[in-house]
Amino acid sequence: MRAAAARVALILIAFPACGLSAQVVDRSKPPQLPPPPALKLPAVQTTVLPNGLTLAVVEMHKVPVVDVQLLIDAGAARDPSVAPGLATFTATMLQQGAGARSALDVADEAAFLGAQLGTAAGFDGASASIHVPKRRLEAALDLLADVVLRPAFADSEIARQRELRAAQLVQQRDEPVSVANIAFPAIVYGREHPYGHPLNGTDSATARLARESVAEFYRTYYRPNGARILVVGDVTLAEARRLIAARFGGWERGDVPAFPSPAIAPPGAARTVYLIDKPGAAQSVVRIGHLGPVRTTPDWFALEVLNTILGGAFTSRLNQNLRETRGYTYGAFSQFVPRRLSGAFVALASVVTAKTDSSLIEFLKELRRIRDDPVAPAELAKAKAYLTLGLPGDFETTGGAAARFRELLSFGLPLDYYDRYLDRITAVTAADVQRVARQYIDPDRFDILVVGDKTQIESGIKALNEGPIMYRDVWGQEIR
Amino acid sequence: MTRIATATAVLLGLWSACPPVRLSAQSLRVPYQTFTLPNGLQVIVHEDHSVPVVAVNTWYHVGSSDEKPGRTGFAHLFEHIMFMGSQHVPTGEFDRLLEAAGGDNNGSTTEDRTNYYEDGPANALPLMLYLDADRMGFLLPEMTVEKVDLQRGVVQNERRQSYENRPYGLAEENILQRLYPANHPYHWPVIGSMADLQAATLEDVRQFFRTYYTPNNATLAIAGDITAQDARQLVQRYFGDIPRGPAVTRTPPPPVPGAVRAVLEDRVQLPRVYDAWHTVKAFSPDDATLDVLANVLAGGRSSRLYRRLVYELQIATDVVAFQDGSRIDGKFEVYATARPGHDLGELQRVIDEELGKLADQGPTPREVERAQNTVEAQFLSRMERVGGFGGKADQLNYYNYFVGTPDYFQKDLERYRRVTPAAVQRAVRAYLSPPHRVVLSVVPQGKPELAVKEGATP
Repeated sequence: MRAAAARVALILIAFPACGLSAQVVDRSKPPQLPPPPALKLPAVQTTVLPNGLTLAVVEMHKVPVVDVQLLIDAGAARDPSVAPGLATFTATMLQQGAGARSALDVADEAAFLGAQLGTAAGFDGASASIHVPKRRLEAALDLLADVVLRPAFADSEIARQRELRAAQLVQQRDEPVSVANIAFPAIVYGREHPYGHPLNGTDSATARLARESVAEFYRTYYRPNGARILVVGDVTLAEARRLIAARFGGWERGDVPAFPSPAIAPPGAARTVYLIDKPGAAQSVVRIGHLGPVRTTPDWFALEVLNTILGGAFTSRLNQNLRETRGYTYGAFSQFVPRRLSGAFVALASVVTAKTDSSLIEFLKELRRIRDDPVAPAELAKAKAYLTLGLPGDFETTGGAAARFRELLSFGLPLDYYDRYLDRITAVTAADVQRVARQYIDPDRFDILVVGDKTQIESGIKALNEGPIMYRDVWGQEIR
Repeated sequence: MTRIATATAVLLGLWSACPPVRLSAQSLRVPYQTFTLPNGLQVIVHEDHSVPVVAVNTWYHVGSSDEKPGRTGFAHLFEHIMFMGSQHVPTGEFDRLLEAAGGDNNGSTTEDRTNYYEDGPANALPLMLYLDADRMGFLLPEMTVEKVDLQRGVVQNERRQSYENRPYGLAEENILQRLYPANHPYHWPVIGSMADLQAATLEDVRQFFRTYYTPNNATLAIAGDITAQDARQLVQRYFGDIPRGPAVTRTPPPPVPGAVRAVLEDRVQLPRVYDAWHTVKAFSPDDATLDVLANVLAGGRSSRLYRRLVYELQIATDVVAFQDGSRIDGKFEVYATARPGHDLGELQRVIDEELGKLADQGPTPREVERAQNTVEAQFLSRMERVGGFGGKADQLNYYNYFVGTPDYFQKDLERYRRVTPAAVQRAVRAYLSPPHRVVLSVVPQGKPELAVKEGATP
C-alpha cells in the first residue's frame, strides 16, 4: 500500500494540474479534438537510366530496411490467348535458377539474406521485389539482378514447376473464394478479353507450358524501357542510383509491343445471375458488378468517396447492413478495381448459405439506394475525413509508402498526386457522389455470381426474379 | 480471431523529451515509460515522433484458455460484443467516431489474451482513450440480449468462413482435441463450437465482464507521436474512476497425454497430413530453438522438407512447420499436402526420415544462420509500425504480459542468435519423437485409404 501511495504522490507532485479522484470527467459526449497534424509525405525523386529504366527513390531512414520493387510491363494481359497463365508462370520461373545459381541456391540465398525475394504477375504488370535489412542490400540487389536479368529457364525446372502448378490448380477448385475470383472476371470481361482469363492458367494450358514459350515471353516483355524500379527506405538517392545503375544499367532495351487495347463488348446483356455449384458449402460467395472506369479517370476521387460510403470501410452501408444489422456475413465490401484498361466494379461477401437470397436482396437494395438518394452530410463528411485523415498512416512503413508510390508508377499517375489528394477529396460533394454512383453503378447491367450449394440456394434465388439464371463451372464457363 | 507490467513507478528523470528513435541494426530499442493507476490499470507509453500517428493497444489478460467446457468461444464472442456500444457511446458510434477522425480499429482473441487497438492521426488520442475507457468501465448498462444474438450470428459466420467453408478448416480443431485432454484450457479452438456459441446467455456475458474486463486485468500501451505527459493525463482522466475488479485466479492445467492417430474426411481434392507434438511454452529455453527448427524444416524452398517433398520427389504441393508457444503450453506442427496420385503414408515416411537425419546429425551452421537472419529481418520490419497487430504498441503489451518487460525486443532477438545446431539437434530428440505425436490425416470424402496407416513404422 505504501508503494501505491508513493506512486500517487509522485503523480501529484509532477502534475499539480492533473486532479485525480476529485474530478468527475464528462463522458456525455466525446472529447473535442485538437486540429489534426499537418500532412508530411516522404518525397519521391526520379531519374531515368540510359536504357530507359526509370528509378524512383523515397528516402525513409527510421528503420534500417529497404524495399525495392521492379515493375515490368509483363503482366497477364500479355498472355497469348492460347496460353493463359504464361505471364505468372514466367514470373515464377525467374527464381528457378538464375546466373550461376541453381533454383535451390536462389531460395537459399534469399532466405539467408532475410531478403523476402518475390516475383509475381498481375494483369497489368509483373514485379520482382526484395524487402531487406539495409546491411544486406547490396547482396540482395545482386540476387535480384540475377533473377531478373539472367534467369536460366532450365527444362528440368520448367517441368518441375509445371507439375506443381497442375497440382495447385486442383487444390484451387476446393476454395470457393478462388473459384469466384477466377469466374467473375471471366463473366464480366468475357473469355476473349485480356482480363478475362485465369491468371494462373487452365489445366490444358499448364500442360503445354514449355521452355520456348517462357523464354520468348521473357525476351519480348522483360525490358528496361517502360520498366520502373522503386526504392523505398534507408538509402539515399545517390546511393540508390549507384547500386541500381551498376546492376541494371546494362539491361538491354527491346521493342516491347504496345499494351493491348481490345474492343470491349458493349454492355448489352441485362442483369444476369450466374450460379456455380459447391455442394455442401456452409457459405455462398457472392460477387455483384460489371465493367468499371480506368484508374486514370478524373472521377477517381469522387469514386473513392463513393466507395468508402458504400463498401470501403467498416461503417460502410454494405457492411453495416449485411454484417452489423443482419448478421449474414463476417464482412461485406465493394471495390472499384483499378486497371489500365477498363476496370471493374464489384460488391462482395461470403454469406451464410441459408441467407443467400436475403443477402442478395440487401445488396441490391444498397446498390440502388446509393444512386437514388444523395448521401447525408454527416456520412459524406465521415468518408472524406476517413480518407484524408487516415492518409499519413498509409505512409508510416516502407511497405505502405511503396504500395502507394507503386500505384502511381504503374498507372502513369503524376508523382505529386498526393500533394493534391487532400484538396481533391475534400472538394467532393454529395452531388458528385450521386453523379458517379449513377454513372458507374448500373444495376440493370449487373453480373451476379454466387458460388454455393445449389440445392440449398437455387430456389430462393429464382424467386427473387432478378434475372435469368445461368449455370457455370468452376472456371466461369458454360457447362457443356 | 479478430473483430476487429509490473508497475514500476516512473521517476521524474524520465519525463524529458525522448530523442527521435533511430534504430541501429545492432540493437533494437523501444524506450518506454510505465505507470499503474490506483485501480490497477498498467500503462506503457512509447514516444515515436517519426510519423504523426498514434496507436492505442489494450490487452485484457483473458483468452479462450479461461473458458469452461460448454461455454467455449466465449472470450472471442465477448470481444465482438465490446464493439456494440457502451453507456455513453451508442451502438455504431465507436466505429463512426473513429473513422470520422481518420482512425482504424480492430481486436483479436487468442488462447491467452484479448487485444484491441485503435490507430489514427496523433490528435485523435483523446477520442481513442475516451472510447476504450467507456467500454472498460460502462459496458453493462447497455448490454441487451439482442446485441448478444447479433454478434453470436456474426461469430458463427466467422466460424463458417474460417472453419466449415474452408478446405482443411476443421483440421486444427481436431488436433487440439487430441493433443490436449478435455479439461485442458487449450483443448478447444478460440472460435469455440457452434453449439456453445448458441448456448451463451446475457447473464454469461455480464458475469464474464465483471470477472475479466477490469482495469486490474488489463494493460494499455500507447505508442506514437504523442508526449508521455499528455498520454498520462488523458489516461488518468478517462480511466481513473473505473473501479478495480476482483483479482483473477487460475488453476494449473492438467497434464498432457501421449500419441493419437486420426482420420478426417473433408470436401478436399488433395489429402493433407498433420503431425503435432506437445512442446514448450513461449519464451521457455527451447522455444526459440524450436522456431529455428521449424525454419530449417520448412522455411523457404531450400528447407529440408520443401526440398525433398516438393522439389525433388514432387509428391507434395506444400509443406509448413511451426512452433506455437503460448502462455501456458506449446505445440509444434508439420503439415503437408499430397499431390494427385500420392498418399499420406509416402509423405509421412519422408517427414520421419528428415526428422531422423536432424536427430542424428543436427542442422548445418548455415541453416541455423539462415533462420536467424530471417528472424532478424522480421524484427526490423516490425519496428516500422506503432499500430496494428504486431506493431510496437502490441509488442510492448506482448512482452509485458509474457515476460514482464515491455522493451524486450533486443533480448528476444538475442535468444534466436544464441541458438546453435547442437541445440536444434537436442530439441528434435527431446520433443519430436514419433510415438509422442498426434497424426491427423485429412482426406477427400470416401478416400480413407489415403490416410497415414495405423501402425505405420515411424
